[in-house]
Parts: sequence; structure tokens; C-alpha cells
Amino acid sequence: MLKSGREHSTIPNHVILMTLAFIAFMPIAILFMNAFKTTAEIGRNPLGMPSEWHYENFTEAWEVGRYGTILRNSVVITGGTIVGTLILAGSGAYALARLKLRGGDLLTFYFLVGTSVPAQLFIVPLFIMWRNFGLINTQLGLIIIYCGLSSPFATYLLRSYMVSLPEEFMEAARVDGATNWHIFRHIIMPLSWPGFVTAALVVGLSSWNEFLFAVTFLTDPSLKPISTGLFAFQSRYSRDWGLTNAGAVIMILPIIILFLILQRRFVEGLTQGGLKA
Amino acid sequence: MTKAAPRQAAHWQVFKTHFVEPLGRWIYIIPLLIVNAVVIIIPSVSGILYAFTDWNGTTEANFIGLDNFGRLFQDAVFFRAFINNVTYTGIFLIVPIAVGLLGAYLLAGIRHGQVVYRLLYFIPYMFASVINTQIWRYLLHPKHGVGAFLADHGITFLDFAVFGRRSTALYGIVFVDGWHTWGFLVVLYLAAMTQVDKELYEVARLDGATRLQQFRHVTLPSIRPTLIFSMLIIFIGTTLVFDHVYILTGGGPAHASEVMSTYLYTQAFENFDVGYAASIGVILALWVSVPLSIFYVLRRRGWQI
Repeated sequence: MLKSGREHSTIPNHVILMTLAFIAFMPIAILFMNAFKTTAEIGRNPLGMPSEWHYENFTEAWEVGRYGTILRNSVVITGGTIVGTLILAGSGAYALARLKLRGGDLLTFYFLVGTSVPAQLFIVPLFIMWRNFGLINTQLGLIIIYCGLSSPFATYLLRSYMVSLPEEFMEAARVDGATNWHIFRHIIMPLSWPGFVTAALVVGLSSWNEFLFAVTFLTDPSLKPISTGLFAFQSRYSRDWGLTNAGAVIMILPIIILFLILQRRFVEGLTQGGLKA
Repeated sequence: MTKAAPRQAAHWQVFKTHFVEPLGRWIYIIPLLIVNAVVIIIPSVSGILYAFTDWNGTTEANFIGLDNFGRLFQDAVFFRAFINNVTYTGIFLIVPIAVGLLGAYLLAGIRHGQVVYRLLYFIPYMFASVINTQIWRYLLHPKHGVGAFLADHGITFLDFAVFGRRSTALYGIVFVDGWHTWGFLVVLYLAAMTQVDKELYEVARLDGATRLQQFRHVTLPSIRPTLIFSMLIIFIGTTLVFDHVYILTGGGPAHASEVMSTYLYTQAFENFDVGYAASIGVILALWVSVPLSIFYVLRRRGWQI
């Protein structure tokens, strides 16, 4: 009784929390609503609900913004990056976690701090190197870069996952004469799939959203992913808010849907660095 | 023959233990190391070397010692960019962290609706920079945005082009980036706060501590590792900030919102002053490594930060 009497009311909490929710959510709601307005209505009613829901912005964005092409480009680049990174980081993490490598600790440390080498230090020489290799304006070139950028984090994440797996399975398999490959393929990978899913989500989100390398290494409009494609679109139709908002909605809709389904994993993956500390 | 066979077998054994077996293990990590070397390590080393040359990206490069760095120290635009970065970092270390702590502390104190709030706060963090800028370029537009709305109701402090004025461009960008980040901090701090031993609060309550005192003396010390870590990643992130500045203002007007990354970008890809751009990259890397090394050294020494 005494305890509950001393408990604080949670109403003030909810008032402030709702204000914060309003700050987070209203701008997104306005972005969505304006995607369904005509230019004339945005002029009359810039922040409210659309009086009539128009879908023309989406069809027009699809045609003049070539959204079919840039969405396909984004899917290719993001998909390629996820597959490439998971192969590189998955096998690398296995070596670091389970195969005794000389200097393995040092490499693990590299993959921890490797993510903090600033892109600004290497983007210009990388550009020149990629020019010499003929990889500028190729999606493969950008996928390789993204794999390099995201694999340290993914390796670290997967390594900590694999280290925590129980030793007994692997010992038993080894006694039965299983090879490294067999253990990796049939024991480690099936057991660490949640780690792979988390890594895939984080890597996928960051390559879907990435801007700096995309704007530098892919200048051909027919190769651009959605981030720089939308940027070019914004610069060209900067006054046509309905059109550019529709373009933005097309970019974030898949992210929001995926987030609502796999919220826990997204949050876990994106806050991983912080929680480890 | 009979003598050579065991020796050969011994050679094979040596070869096997020192080469074949390690290779069977290293083969799993070699592809990863190659990609990292090609994308990060080799270009980073080249970047450091370029910083001491006058290379323009195509013709012959000359070694010019520390000239690029001397030039940087006299470059008023670079100085402006550095100060802007420091301002950016300073604001970020205060405002989004304060909002993050407030949100997390209040969320930790409620029983119902935590999941929904957390979800709403986190969504802007998932958005690309091009989305955040699309949203806020509209909402801070003098004709359509919040400023115009307030002006219609007689409040006229925000009905001007925030990104077009020298005095406000940088703060506008910081605001947009902060809107994108604070929800992440709420979720990060909340995760740390739920780990705090409930009995500590119980004891504090019995001692008659107010909510503010509980926050100050129980919550903050308990989540300190997470708090320090978040400050570290904010320092790094804001020092390297590029997207939001490049998209919203391109560093303008008249370099008013220039940051080191955008200046580096202009030098490298518009002026083709590769050596000079590389020296900015080196300064950036050094500046980022200061708190990073302090952090790791203290951790190594067992400090609970």
C-alpha cells in the first residue's frame, strides 16, 4: 500500500511522450499527405489532410522520375551488397570465432575499429583506383565498395554470435572427422541464422540509404540507386512538392513495412554497437 | 631409398602443419581481408601519402612536404568549416542527447504504450538523408511550412528561408539531422535503463529522493557506459557529416554552413586538388581518432566508462 501510494502518476510522462511522438510522426504524416495533393492544393492547404486523394503524383514520378529503373538499380545494389557481405563476413567470422588463427585477436580488433576509419580519408584514392580498374559507373564497383564498408561491422556482429554457440556440437562433429567446411555449413550457419538476418537488415538498410559513395561513383542516370536518383529528382523538380514527396514515399515505404514486421531485429542490429559498450 | 622416404614424409609433415592446415583455416578469412584491403586499407594509406603531394589526379605528382597542411592553417574557408564542425558536434552533444535521455527516462517509467512510442521515435532514424531533407525543406519553407503557418497566426519568427540565410543555414541543418537521430538515442538509452537494478530506485525512493534526484543519482551513473559510447559515436558522426549539408545547402550560402567533408569534396571533385583534399582527410581522421584513442586506452586500463 505504502509503495503504491508513493508511486508517481504516469500522466505527465504520457503528455511529454506524446509531444515527442508528435514531433517524430507529424513530419512523416505531412510528407505522405502531400504526396496525394495537387500543386494547387499544396498552395491552399500546405499542412492539412488532402481534400481529395490524388494518385497522379505517383504515376508521374514513376514516368518522369524513371522510378522503375532506379528501384531496380537499388534492389540490385542492395541485394548484391547483402549477399556479398554475408558471404565475406560469415566465413570470416567463422574463422575468427572457431578456427584458431595466429593474430586472430588483432584482426578482431581491426574489425571493431575498422568501421571508424573515416570514408573521407580513402574516398579520393579509392575513386582514382576505381577509375583505373574501370569500375566507375558500374554497379559492381559500388557493390564491392559497400561490401568493404559494411563487412567489418557484419564480421564483428557474426563473430560475437558464433563465439556464444555451445562448443559441444562442434567437438562432437570434429571427433566424427568433420571438416572445417562441414562444420561451417551444417552446424555454424544453421545455428547462427538470427545473426545473419540481423546483419542482413543493417547492411541492407545502410546500402539502401547510402548517399556519399553513390553520388560519387555512379553518375550515369540509368545506373543510379534511389537515394541519388531522388536527389537528382529533387533538384530538377524542386518546386513540385507533390511529385518529389511521392518519390520520397516510394523510397521509404518498403523500409517502413519491413521495419513494422521485423522491428525487434532492426533495433537490435542498429543499437548493437551501443549495447556492447 | 629406404632412408629418404621417412625424411620426405617428415618434410611433408612440416609442410602440412605449417602450410596446408593453416591455409585450410585462413581460406575462410582471406576473401574478407582482400576486400577490406582494397576498399579501405590501401586507399587510406594512399590518402595519407597524397596529403604530402600536389597531385591533381592526372599529371605527375610532386612531393611537397607539409605545404598542404601549412596552406590549410591559413585557409579561412577551412577554418570556417572546422568551426562549423565543432559547433555541429557541440549542439549534437547537448540537444539530441538531452531529448534522448528525457524520452528514455519517461518511457522507462510507464507500463503501457512503451512499444508504440519506441516504434514511432525510431522510424525517422531509418530514413535516408534525402528523405529527411525532403521533409524539412518543405516544413521549413517560408511559404508552405511551419513558419508560414505560425505567421498566419501572428507569430513571425520562422517565416524566412532558413537554409538560405547565412546566420541560420548551419542551425537548420543541425536541426534536421538531430530530428533524424534523437529517437535512436531514446531506444539506446532505454535499453540501458531497463538493465538498471530496480532496488536502487526503491532505496532512493525510501530515502525520499525526487524523480530528478533519482535520475541524477541512480539512472545517469548506471547507464554511463552507454552514454559515453553514444557521445563517442555522435562526435565521430558529426565530425564526418556530409549528406545533410551537401543536400540542403552545399555548404553555402557563402560557406556559412561549410563543413570539413563538403570542403574536402569540393577540393577533390570540383577543383581536382587531390593532394589538398587528402590533407583535409588526414586532419579529419586525426580529429576523429582523438576521442577514439582516449576511449580505447581508458577501456584497456579497466575504467568503467
